[in-house]
Amino acid sequence: MKNVIKQKVVALNGNEAVAYAVKQSDVDVVAAYPITPQTIIVERFSEYVANGEVETAFVCTESEHSAMTACLTAALTGARTFTATASAGLALMHEMLFVTAGCRAPVVMAVANRALSAPLNIHGDQSDAMAQRDSGWIQLYVENAQEVYDTVIQAFKIAENPNVLLPAMVCFDGFIVSHSLENVNVLPDDAVKAFLGMRQFPTVLTHDGVKAPFRLDPEHPMTLGPAAFPNYYFEIKRQQVEALKNALSVIRQVHDEYAELSGRSYGNGLIEAYRLEDAEVATVCLGSTAGTTKIVVDELREEGVKAGLLRIRTFRPLPVDDIRRALQDVKAVAVLDKCISFGGFGGPVFHEVRHVLYDLDKRPVLVNYIYGLGGRDVPPWQIRQVYEDLKGILKEEKVKEPVNYLGLRE
Amino acid sequence: MQSEWKFTSKDIAEKPDLFMSGHRACAGCGATTVLRLLMKATRGPTIVTTATGCMQIVSSMYPYTSWAVPWVHTAFENVAANAAGIEAAIKIMKKKGRVKHSHVDVIAIAGDGGTYDIGLQALSGAMERGHDFLFVLYDNEAYMNTGIQRSGGTPLGAATTTSPAGTVVPGKLETKKPITEIMAAHEIPYVATASPYYWRDLIIKTRRGLEVEGPAFLHVFAPCPRGWRTDTAKSMELAKLAVETCVFPLWECINGEYQLSAPSKAIALSPEKKKPVREYLQLQGRFRHLFTPKFEKLIDEIQKITDQRWQRLLKKCGVSASKT
Ligand SMILES: Cc1ncc(C[n+]2csc(CCOP(=O)(O)OP(=O)(O)O)c2C)c(N)n1
Ligand code: SF4
Ligand SMILES: [Mg+2]
Repeated sequence: MKNVIKQKVVALNGNEAVAYAVKQSDVDVVAAYPITPQTIIVERFSEYVANGEVETAFVCTESEHSAMTACLTAALTGARTFTATASAGLALMHEMLFVTAGCRAPVVMAVANRALSAPLNIHGDQSDAMAQRDSGWIQLYVENAQEVYDTVIQAFKIAENPNVLLPAMVCFDGFIVSHSLENVNVLPDDAVKAFLGMRQFPTVLTHDGVKAPFRLDPEHPMTLGPAAFPNYYFEIKRQQVEALKNALSVIRQVHDEYAELSGRSYGNGLIEAYRLEDAEVATVCLGSTAGTTKIVVDELREEGVKAGLLRIRTFRPLPVDDIRRALQDVKAVAVLDKCISFGGFGGPVFHEVRHVLYDLDKRPVLVNYIYGLGGRDVPPWQIRQVYEDLKGILKEEKVKEPVNYLGLRE
Repeated sequence: MQSEWKFTSKDIAEKPDLFMSGHRACAGCGATTVLRLLMKATRGPTIVTTATGCMQIVSSMYPYTSWAVPWVHTAFENVAANAAGIEAAIKIMKKKGRVKHSHVDVIAIAGDGGTYDIGLQALSGAMERGHDFLFVLYDNEAYMNTGIQRSGGTPLGAATTTSPAGTVVPGKLETKKPITEIMAAHEIPYVATASPYYWRDLIIKTRRGLEVEGPAFLHVFAPCPRGWRTDTAKSMELAKLAVETCVFPLWECINGEYQLSAPSKAIALSPEKKKPVREYLQLQGRFRHLFTPKFEKLIDEIQKITDQRWQRLLKKCGVSASKT
């Protein structure tokens, strides 16, 4: 990386890193509603507004449902838009998440992952975002405050790409990332502005038969969010599938471009393979757990254990080929899920990973560990235990229990 | 703040329809007449957003549209938030030089379900925040799109599919929520009621709602032959009778000052012109069961409540509550 730009180091927690990135991204409309552990984002951003540091319409709505709605219509009107939420707030947005994706509105949202009620719990797990995985949004799961900052900026460029034009959520673990203070390298304001440029609009044919930018504009009337019944609905949904597929290469492209500017990269933008080349045992996880796991992997490597880690950074769209390539030569894999899929066979990440590996002739043995629910801490020794279990599986050539609970009193 | 805007019937006839023909509404639909008149009152670049409901479904069946203006639908309960997002975006993009027009009007349209019930939270929030837009409630007094279910706007005694008239229950047991007063209590600059029969009044009020800075709320009566079990030719007659019986009086609340509109004022001044509710009820199948010995007493109850509400309104409008 030769032309890395000079950057400032600022002490920010994950939430503040989000607010800082949004401040630099020349966002037109922020509509949001407070909820722990995301609230700091909205508060910091309100301060930027109050001090005239941003040219943004800040709409402090009466609910998350309205926050998502206002972002959606603002985006359809041509604005760059942002919101943030967690847990119950994300659940309340559920209906509108599908509409936002279906309307092809490139809203960017930060999600400070938090458990869902009941019982009420304000601490981190990924149940909230996982419950929205089929909503048509891009989902990026990041590891620390630095990556939060970098990824929020990237998310605007990915979402607004005319070949994608889909909303994107940047997910990070509540409290662990949202509230931990880190040294964050921040780009100069004008570098972010230049990186993002102005919002792009694809050209579409209006009902008047003219070609016009896709947005609500009195110059070129368009009917958006229409009713479409069995004769059209299916094709429109199929186009969404294609757009999400396009996002795979756009996410990589934007990630690489950003890496050149900042000197920071996260695997290939889709997955991060950590010491996987010759690994025999490996774990798969999303988010901040990767940080802990990397330390455990390093220790194990020093002890001569061929251990590795796959962090899935882009969960939607799922980088199927990348996951296959990364895991095909590993002998035993443990998938860590910070979420339960009630009544299912293991957690959602387990479902996906197991499912994409099925078509390989040679595939690893796979087991699942549900962990960290409701913010329960997962210390390194527990992760180490997972690798010990994998070693045991290889030795005995037998899986005792495919779905396990890590750090649970039973 | 009264609109200086003057127009002739010719002006209205010559202005191209922005809510166009070819939609899929039932014959005699009052709400589509409301929309057509509404769009005659626009004063320049306008963006419209509609809540899920009859008017959304009949006007936007892909790949067709009845809208000659930019239009968007997103869901049922959030049309006020739709408007808030559009308004906020236009304002800031204008400031940044990315919107050419000096002003863009925003109109949100919802049925009674999307206003009195599921849409009330988003509506109240948007009004409190003071977004500059006009919210139009077309009130056909039930959830028509889903097959005539009761709403908070369904009147006492009306039979709907979720408040059917049975052998012991005479249709809806609760009265119509005073939604317009609730909106006036938000202390927004403009609140009014209108009826498509008095089409000039409706057009003028729409224009006032657009001209005012800040939120405006327009409650428009919208007869529905399908849901009210009425003759498709009688929709405008019903829109007139509702006013003449004071079931749906016409008034404005401008910056907190209530005033009666001409058709209702005429009744206030000459109380003998006020017609009994019976004349209005008897034309409608949804009230048919009230004209049986078993439930007849409810007509008196409806008359009593109508009179009480009318008296209360007169007081608010500063008209001495004479024997009306
Ligand atoms: C969240 C949600 N709940 C329920 C529905 C089903 N639904 C669609 S339209 C409608 C009723 C609309 O009634 P109203 O607002 O009075 O409009 P109308 O159809 O009478 O014109 C209902 C219940 C929905 N679309 N969304
Ligand atoms: S059901 Fe009523 S409101 Fe709906 S289109 Fe028919 S007449 Fe109009
Ligand atoms: Mg209705």
